[in-house]
Amino acid sequence: MMIPLNFYLLLAAGLFCLGLFGALARRNAIGILIGIELMLNAVNINLIAFWRYIQPADPSMALAGQIFALFVITLAAAEAAIGLALVIAIYRSRDTVNVEDVNLMKW
Amino acid sequence: MTADLFLINVAFYVVGAIALVGALIAVTAQNILRAALGLIVSFIGVAGVYFVLEAEFLGVVQILIYVGAIAVLILFAVMLTRGLMRGTGSAYNTQWMGAAFIALILFLLLGVVALGTRWNVVPRQVGDDVIPQIGTELMTTYLLPFEARSLLLLAVLVGAIVIARE
Amino acid sequence: MDILNSLFTNLYDWLAATIHSLLAGLGLTKDAESAIVAAIMGLIVVTVILLWMVLMVLILIWLERKNAARVQDRVGPNRVGPWGLLQPVADTVKMFIKEDIIPTNADKLVHTLAPIVTMAPAVLAFAVIPWGKGMFPADLNIGVLWVVAVGSIGTLGIFMAGYGSNNKFSLLGGMRGVAQAVSYEIPQVLTIVTIVLMTGTMSLVKIVESQGGWGGLQWYIFAFPVGPIAFVVFYLSSLAEVNRTPFDIPEGESEIVAGHHTEYSGMKWGLFYLAEYFNFFLVCCLGAILFFGGWQGPGFLPGYVWFILKVYFLIWVGMWIRMTWPRFRVDQLMGFAWKVLVPIALLNILLAGLRFDLFSLLRMMGLIS
Repeated sequence: MMIPLNFYLLLAAGLFCLGLFGALARRNAIGILIGIELMLNAVNINLIAFWRYIQPADPSMALAGQIFALFVITLAAAEAAIGLALVIAIYRSRDTVNVEDVNLMKW
Repeated sequence: MTADLFLINVAFYVVGAIALVGALIAVTAQNILRAALGLIVSFIGVAGVYFVLEAEFLGVVQILIYVGAIAVLILFAVMLTRGLMRGTGSAYNTQWMGAAFIALILFLLLGVVALGTRWNVVPRQVGDDVIPQIGTELMTTYLLPFEARSLLLLAVLVGAIVIARE
Repeated sequence: MDILNSLFTNLYDWLAATIHSLLAGLGLTKDAESAIVAAIMGLIVVTVILLWMVLMVLILIWLERKNAARVQDRVGPNRVGPWGLLQPVADTVKMFIKEDIIPTNADKLVHTLAPIVTMAPAVLAFAVIPWGKGMFPADLNIGVLWVVAVGSIGTLGIFMAGYGSNNKFSLLGGMRGVAQAVSYEIPQVLTIVTIVLMTGTMSLVKIVESQGGWGGLQWYIFAFPVGPIAFVVFYLSSLAEVNRTPFDIPEGESEIVAGHHTEYSGMKWGLFYLAEYFNFFLVCCLGAILFFGGWQGPGFLPGYVWFILKVYFLIWVGMWIRMTWPRFRVDQLMGFAWKVLVPIALLNILLAGLRFDLFSLLRMMGLIS
């Protein structure tokens, strides 16, 4: 008996919520980016689990899950690069990576 | 159940635990370097989950890109911003209780949906030659997203260099 | 000759049958029995490969020192055994008995994990290398990608070593090492993609089997002009990946003390040293498989002997290069990767995709299958 689909979805939900907590609650800007990467990973697990367990009726969509996940990985890499470049630029001009200290535009 | 099915089940629990424990360390560690290392452990766990799901190509791509490139980027950024010399203080900002509450509510919601729905599972027979098919589909059915992604990566390359330049 | 060729596969089958018959009296179900046999045989294969690799690395250490000595017009180690053959054993004993020092303000966890993170991928990558006909631990259909992916984890180890030593020289060496490794991964992967394009599969076993024509001599290095260009680019970027001279700025002794492994002593340093030689051996194995036909060769020698000969030929060329070329400066190194090797590798992929090589020409003219 294979692992039921629900368990994979539960694992992905757990990872996503941990990532969400990290992205909302951490002080260090890099910590926020770490949370975002965790969320993207969780989404990928969901996509691949659905690809494995549910076959679409249209045969030309047979690999859509894997290709979608591949695109998400590419996007995550691109976003991590730009995010970290921004963090480094902020550090250079303000000498801090605490998001609580970068609050000039807050009212 | 047969021996290899049993081993696959055991493997799922092991790599799932690795992914979750790594994520926990990544989100709660005060030292940002430990958080980055926990993230790397979580990435390897997720790659293991892909192998258990019989998507080996994606598992190897996950190791190559996430652990080989993104993790190195994060470690470089940690080092360049000297986040460790800042030292003490809590890891969380002032709104952590609201964040924990929202994360918990979302987890309960997603859990109810995941465990309660009756998915019409049609397990597929994973053939042996997925990779030539992926290549063909990338070049025919999914050509537009593929080209859009290459343009995106070019923009990211130029943008990251411009932003992080002295 | 067939007997010699399939010596090790026959040994494997005989051992599996023996274990099966030993377990037959225990009354287990058929599934459990085959699972236990598979597990035991897997452990045996892993142990044999690890021991073989350690033996190879010991021979490599001796070979390097003797080679260096002869190139520099001296004799080399000759005290410890006949021709100094036990010198690597003496080195190993020295490594074991040295004191294990951790610098005062260093991050203990990172400092201790770094040699492990550098060594583990080097060993993992040997899971897919075919040593002879039917002699491979695992035939992944993404074999080449597995080796590349697992090799890219090693850069993390260099960074952790450089950072975790609380030492400016280590940090500088570590950052340079990571920049170099990441930059030279790209021409290496691009040339591997060229070979995958010409073969149509990423499985290392099938790549070796597809080089079997012409009495075992249809190797990809003979596919002008794509093959030799790809081989030169692959070999140079692989030398840079494993931090060998002339690309050994991260650990150059006259430059930066010892770079990222300045603060390591005893067995931890031994792990770094072993990891470097494992990586070098791996890269030469990969070169032999992709470009020189792996275990294919004319029939008068068994396959695994051909493979070892080709790997040692590539190792000898690497050592020769180390003894004679001066070291690159850091900016020359990065400029060489990005401005010379990457464009050449991209052009090579274009030529391979357009089937502009000798094998495709002969295939078009109907001279080979």
